[in-house]
Amino acid sequence: MPVHRCCRFSRTRVRWLALLLLASGCGTGTSVPQPADAPPEKLSAYGLFVGNGATQQPVEGVIPYDLNSALFSDYTTKYRFVKLPAGKSATYSADEAFDFPVGTLIAKTFAYPVDARRPELGQRLLETRILAHQADGWVGLPYIWNAEQTEATLDVAGTTINSGWIDAAGNERTNNYIVPNANQCKGCHKQGETMLPLGPKARHLNRDFAYTHGSENQLAYWTRKGALVGAPAPDKAPRLAAWDDPASGTLDARARAWLEINCAHCHNPLGPARNSGLDLMASQANPTAYGILKPPVAAGRGSGGLAYDIVPGKPEESILAFRIGSIDAGIMMPELGKRLIHQEGLALVRDWIAAMSELGKEPREGAGGQ
Amino acid sequence: MRALAFFTATLLGLSALVTGCTQQPGAKKTAANVTRVDAGHDAQKRAQTALINAKPGAVIEFGEGKFDFDATLSLEDVSDVTIRGQGPDKTILSFANQQQGTGGEGLRVKCPENIAIEDLAVEDAKGDAVKVQDTKKIAFRRVRTEWTGGAKETNGAYGVYPVLCSDVLIEDCVAIGASDAGIYVGQSENIIVRRNRVEKNVAGIEIENSVNADVYENTATDNTGGILVFSLPDLPKKDGRSCRVFNNTVVSNNHDNFAPKGNIVATVPPGTGMMIMANDQVELFDNKVETNKSTGLLIVSYLINQKPIKDDKYDPYCESIYIHDNKFANNGDSPAGDLGGILGKILGTPFPDIMYDGIRDEKKLVDGELPEAKRIRISNNGDAKFVNFDGGALNAAAVFANKKPNIDRELKSYEGALSALSPVSIAGVK
Repeated sequence: MPVHRCCRFSRTRVRWLALLLLASGCGTGTSVPQPADAPPEKLSAYGLFVGNGATQQPVEGVIPYDLNSALFSDYTTKYRFVKLPAGKSATYSADEAFDFPVGTLIAKTFAYPVDARRPELGQRLLETRILAHQADGWVGLPYIWNAEQTEATLDVAGTTINSGWIDAAGNERTNNYIVPNANQCKGCHKQGETMLPLGPKARHLNRDFAYTHGSENQLAYWTRKGALVGAPAPDKAPRLAAWDDPASGTLDARARAWLEINCAHCHNPLGPARNSGLDLMASQANPTAYGILKPPVAAGRGSGGLAYDIVPGKPEESILAFRIGSIDAGIMMPELGKRLIHQEGLALVRDWIAAMSELGKEPREGAGGQ
Repeated sequence: MRALAFFTATLLGLSALVTGCTQQPGAKKTAANVTRVDAGHDAQKRAQTALINAKPGAVIEFGEGKFDFDATLSLEDVSDVTIRGQGPDKTILSFANQQQGTGGEGLRVKCPENIAIEDLAVEDAKGDAVKVQDTKKIAFRRVRTEWTGGAKETNGAYGVYPVLCSDVLIEDCVAIGASDAGIYVGQSENIIVRRNRVEKNVAGIEIENSVNADVYENTATDNTGGILVFSLPDLPKKDGRSCRVFNNTVVSNNHDNFAPKGNIVATVPPGTGMMIMANDQVELFDNKVETNKSTGLLIVSYLINQKPIKDDKYDPYCESIYIHDNKFANNGDSPAGDLGGILGKILGTPFPDIMYDGIRDEKKLVDGELPEAKRIRISNNGDAKFVNFDGGALNAAAVFANKKPNIDRELKSYEGALSALSPVSIAGVK
């Protein structure tokens, strides 16, 4: 065997054993798994869930959480969890992802309901993505659930899963659901030189969650449990709107929240799509930078024959809405993990653009300017 | 065991550092570091797994034959890797059956340092054929990117597409059918593009918002525009400058413009041999530019597009442009596009070989002229015809004010020389 292969495996294995030892130190009673090779082949090796995980009920020490506005993933239901090493805390940041200690595991499970109108009929778990914080950085790993829903197995090359469900309106839906490969994990999570979690930021987490003990603000709960240090009171922390809840913010705030969570992991000044110059972070204040009368750069037929990303008042002339509303591989946005159009999100963005002159968002030159 | 492993890893790391400075781009092939991927069943999974597992020093080698991929292949976050096939006509990575939601490119590379892609073809990608981003030292050698159905608006935008890279080498490649640019180098630095053949693209070769580029010994034919050097607003890397374009053959780039509207190249007039837009420090020499039906060379400001500029750090003017010792012949016979439409009656045909819009930065004028080093200089181009068509008088406001363009065909005041730009060098590349 070539020397460098041997050295690679032994190094990686040592790393993974250390990580699992750290992460399993929360008194769950799970024995320390001994994977034959790193990383663990089976999701159960992480010991995150009660039983085989089919119900997605976390064990003690694994914190479930939700986001104000969540990434659209082909109408799947998502379950999010974080598990910190025993005795360790994440450090609060007002703007960036929290600084999680080495040994932290973040898990996200994707599922289709059998019938969205009848939760008691259960669901089909598709995949659980693990983000593991190792000594040399975060790594993303997709685990695919078996048909029996008893275990999920690592598949770094990704796959597709033929799925069907009945949606909230009673329509039968099907989707060849995409499980991304390990490189595609990096495609979204790599910010500048560093792979980072995307969801666990103050503005996304600052909301109530229905814990088993009752409803409580997530920042307050994490702080009370010692999982987070340095956070201000929730009313002093930033909070992004919930895109689908008009009570949570204005049309502008909700559309910008939707764009941030669905687009800004790439379209930010450090992200993979920064070459386009388009920045869809909700905090971006420059109208051209977030698309208003911004000409396309490398869009190709993604331009749809249109001249600008956003033409105020005219969603049908705006490349942004055109690409969100497409499922053609050479046109659609986002590029990854999307087979279905998020009709509700598209409607929100179109409404936002249509209302834009009223919002006074266009620069002085205006659509009909010089 | 652990000590040995770390020692070996350190040794490997050191040797990579030492050799990385002078070696040709990419990993050196040895018996031990090659992962072979052959065509056939499950090729997608086998290829993608090999790319995911690639460690520094890896060579991913595709066998002969046609590979039928249904998703983007991606290499991320690993340095010192070579991806190679058996030749641009022998190893064909086809993305004709690429599924939606699997990525926007055929082959996508986003790695820190030292990647080579060699001896393979990427066909019929839904978006860009080969995109490489954020990589220092990237070589494309004998790569063919092609849309096999011919020139169509539904083809992907770019063939060979490095962006936000440095030390870029593109040599002996072939790019056919891109609906934007066959070879496109964007927002990059230190670039050599040589001995490539580009056909039936909207733009054959485009250097955009880039610094220090040498473009030479390429053949551009049957594109809408042969070779373009552009600088555009609203991008993180601004103000393209310092580009040498020489010894190229730019002949009969007369294809219809099939770029989707909205893209800047959709404005390139069919039949444009070469075009410089808003770029500074371009030296263009010893090129053969013939039978391009609109013109041989177009030099314009971004203002000619009459789009609002909201980027206050952007410089929309062409300055320090030096055109010398080129052979222009039989260009401008049948001017097309907006250029032909707007200027046809004013100039008559044929259009001159070299056309300049004359739009200058008024703030920089001293006694009505740009400082010597910032001027347009045109010398020793045989009997090439020239016009300054006064593009500033062609916008709606000027026409409304009844301002007629001041057509100037006199080359005399443009004669002279600027200092030659320095050649580009990339460590390890002769």
